[in-house]
Amino acid sequence: MKFSDCFFARTFAVTERDLERYLAEAMSAGGDYADLYFEYLATTSIVMDESIVKSASQGTTLGVGVRVISGERTGYAYSDDLSPEKILKAAKVAACIASGPSKVQKTGFEEAGRRDLYPLLTAPTDASLSERVALVKRADKAAREADPRIFLVQTAYADSLRHILIATSDGKISFDTQPMTRLSVYAFARQGDGKPQSAHAGGGGRVGLEFFEEKTPEYFAREAVRQAIVQLDATEAPAGEMTVVLGPGWPGILLHEAVGHGLEADFNRKGISAFSNRIGERVTSPLCTIVDDGTLKNRRGSINVDDEGNATQRNVLIEKGVLRGYLQDKLSSTLLRTRPSGNGRRENYQHIPMPRMTNTFMLPGESDPEEIIRSVPRGLYCVSFGGGQVDITSGNFVFTASESYLIEDGRLTRPVRGATLIGNGPEALKYVSMVGNDLKLDEGVGVCGKEGQSVPVGVGIPTIKIDRMTVGGTAQ
Amino acid sequence: MIPAERADLEIEQRVLEDLAQQAVRLALARGATDAECTIAQGDEFNVTVRMGQVESLKEAGSRGTGIRVLIGKRSGSSYTSDLSPDGIRRMVSAALEVAEITSEDPYTGLPDVSELGYIERDLELYHEDVAALSTEEKIARARQAEAAALDADARINNSEGASFDSYVGLRVFANSRGFVHSYRTSNCSLSAVPVAQQNGAMERDYWMTTARSAARLESPEYVGRRAAERVLRRLGARKIPTQKAPVIFEPRVARSLIDHVFDAVNGGAVYRGASFLAGKLGQKVAADHVTLIDDGTIPTLLGTSPCDDEGVPSRRSVVIENGVLSSYLLNTYSARRLGLRTTGNASRGLSGNTGVGHGTLYLEAGPAASEDIIRSVHQGLYVTELIGFGVNTVTGDYSRGAVGLWIENGEFAYPVSEVTIAGSLQEILLGIEAIGSDLEFRGALASPTLLIREMTISGR
Repeated sequence: MKFSDCFFARTFAVTERDLERYLAEAMSAGGDYADLYFEYLATTSIVMDESIVKSASQGTTLGVGVRVISGERTGYAYSDDLSPEKILKAAKVAACIASGPSKVQKTGFEEAGRRDLYPLLTAPTDASLSERVALVKRADKAAREADPRIFLVQTAYADSLRHILIATSDGKISFDTQPMTRLSVYAFARQGDGKPQSAHAGGGGRVGLEFFEEKTPEYFAREAVRQAIVQLDATEAPAGEMTVVLGPGWPGILLHEAVGHGLEADFNRKGISAFSNRIGERVTSPLCTIVDDGTLKNRRGSINVDDEGNATQRNVLIEKGVLRGYLQDKLSSTLLRTRPSGNGRRENYQHIPMPRMTNTFMLPGESDPEEIIRSVPRGLYCVSFGGGQVDITSGNFVFTASESYLIEDGRLTRPVRGATLIGNGPEALKYVSMVGNDLKLDEGVGVCGKEGQSVPVGVGIPTIKIDRMTVGGTAQ
Repeated sequence: MIPAERADLEIEQRVLEDLAQQAVRLALARGATDAECTIAQGDEFNVTVRMGQVESLKEAGSRGTGIRVLIGKRSGSSYTSDLSPDGIRRMVSAALEVAEITSEDPYTGLPDVSELGYIERDLELYHEDVAALSTEEKIARARQAEAAALDADARINNSEGASFDSYVGLRVFANSRGFVHSYRTSNCSLSAVPVAQQNGAMERDYWMTTARSAARLESPEYVGRRAAERVLRRLGARKIPTQKAPVIFEPRVARSLIDHVFDAVNGGAVYRGASFLAGKLGQKVAADHVTLIDDGTIPTLLGTSPCDDEGVPSRRSVVIENGVLSSYLLNTYSARRLGLRTTGNASRGLSGNTGVGHGTLYLEAGPAASEDIIRSVHQGLYVTELIGFGVNTVTGDYSRGAVGLWIENGEFAYPVSEVTIAGSLQEILLGIEAIGSDLEFRGALASPTLLIREMTISGR
């Protein structure tokens, strides 16, 4: 693409000469590296609640972030005004992190290879508002009609279109246009005067509205209702160590918490992760191969280039139980003398990028999922989860099951209430004794938080059996 | 600060108040029947020092505006970072456009004129010493805090760093019922996160001090030493057998319980029936000695503001009085839904709908010294950190990962980790057996030490 055809050139008259000038200012105190991150984000959200469209919003933000790296130090400043004076001022502030003579600036930019991981029929933001509001109305109707015990339904639709331009002091330039769409359904059920129960289902990705032709609003509505109704009959969850079987898909959040965060290169470079200095060591059962892949078509966690302009790729983190690599960004890979892995991400132009996950999942094994459940005399089968969290340094992680069943004599017997599962990252997956042949990725609603920055991610897992894990219920 | 700069600040404040009023007038001229506009402007600073060296330094200012319009009983909202006349026009058009797709809602609308207003006395939310603090001084404080932690013990041999953060901001509100007000705030914080190692196992912990004035922050040495004490006492942690036992929440983790109660008394959850405290007004929901107060009017505190985000004056509300649920926290919409009056707890960012927030929400101190509460426990868990999201305020179900210290015969015996604590929020509130005298306002949520009669601890 010619620079003059890019979004920021067309819309805001940014020129390559401007970029060179800003980068020269950023390098004026002798930094090793500088980059500019231009971002324009347009969002729409529609909320249906109590069967009326209660609120709708649309908005735009625009800004540019300037980063300067000098050794291990990072200087950062941003502006929500694209006037040259404001950007030069931000560059000057970021430059202060370094202290030395100005570096000679490369002139001209070379565009990195382009690809399109999110081909769309129609960008969600180009669809009419009435088409989008129809999705929440259909989901609301389907959820209310699915069961008389549903007393409240909330449905939400959100989409965004993000244009980014990244220019670096080593002469690289990248553009991307990133769509995102999501539909969520919350269903609340009550039996007579009993306690209310709630459940959530939803999905989306870097997709247009055509996504909802296959994964319909009715599908997500019925799924939320099904989970809420199951909870009405749930009894106390068990407490203590037991065998845990995770169903396929969203339970892959286990990998995100137990392994993924601990393998982000910034923590490892500093020696503060439970996985630090353990490359080549066995950290899980040999049945486990775990990858992070930012190149899957239309997935929520996928990106053509990361927020530092590096192409995403498929990174093997753990191969047959052995730790193979970390998730790298520009700074950590430079300091560790390796290559970026396309995992440098940021929430928006106001933030410094850091190593983050994209789509993290375990490759399928050979076991039949039904056989896995049949092999368990007594345990817990978890199919849906809320959020999770990890303490990188000790390696302890939790994730909270929102739909699970007791397994007794190889059969699912009854649903139990929500409970937190806890384990230690480098230890927990050593107890994986069976891996199913049914790898599934999640529906596309994941959000990962790290140091105050949220980014969209995906997870996935086949059915797996973990021989020993602590379940935090109340029934002894 | 020199007077000329102060005059500049006041001019800027008037300019932005005018801008918000212009946006409201534009919306009315374009067909809105009511409108409210907010502008947020702020300057942020962050420096992180790690192993004695500056690791990152960030400094920037930003602003944005959001508008909510009503067309009869329909509403729509929009926001933008572009405060130019064109940007404002586009924002107003976008809000009017989305209002067309929303439904008529008989309860929607701005607060009644009689509810509007703000506290006029100085609430001491803005302190010039935050903006005046030099970058060198901020770096020095972070460096001293980290050094104090690293010097405390040879087992502390690494660090996630120490940070100094500051923010000075301006918030503006205007609506078509004649309300306009703006106020400045400042805050700053200093934190240290040391890492300690023993027998191949690593632990981290932190200490943080936050205040609206740089003069009120705890000293860097104190922050470093407290962080060091906390991380050292985690070394050598064990997993304990699964059992039921008394649990003590130290003040820092007890704050999270206050947050869960907030979610359950949030008017938005209450009118939908999606809270375990919905329909419980006037009923006993906590132990007799429990009193929970929301106060948005205490000078200098982080939960204080002259008015809420709908332009209703902040106030003091007693949420739980001697164990009985006495008030929900409400904005105009949830109050109308429940047939009650707003409690001045409206909260909104730039985008989206108005929600409910809290002022300084705190559990009143009790008579017991925290040491005496610990001594009163024969066998139990003293919790110092909680992780995970296993709390359901619709049902009250509670299950979270915990780190802490095991108590044997009233004394700390050894550190504990990789366990969960579980129960229900209903049982936790009714089971508060002792309340400490150690209430401190370190943020917008505050609690003294709490002893809970019994919870399920899941471990080995």
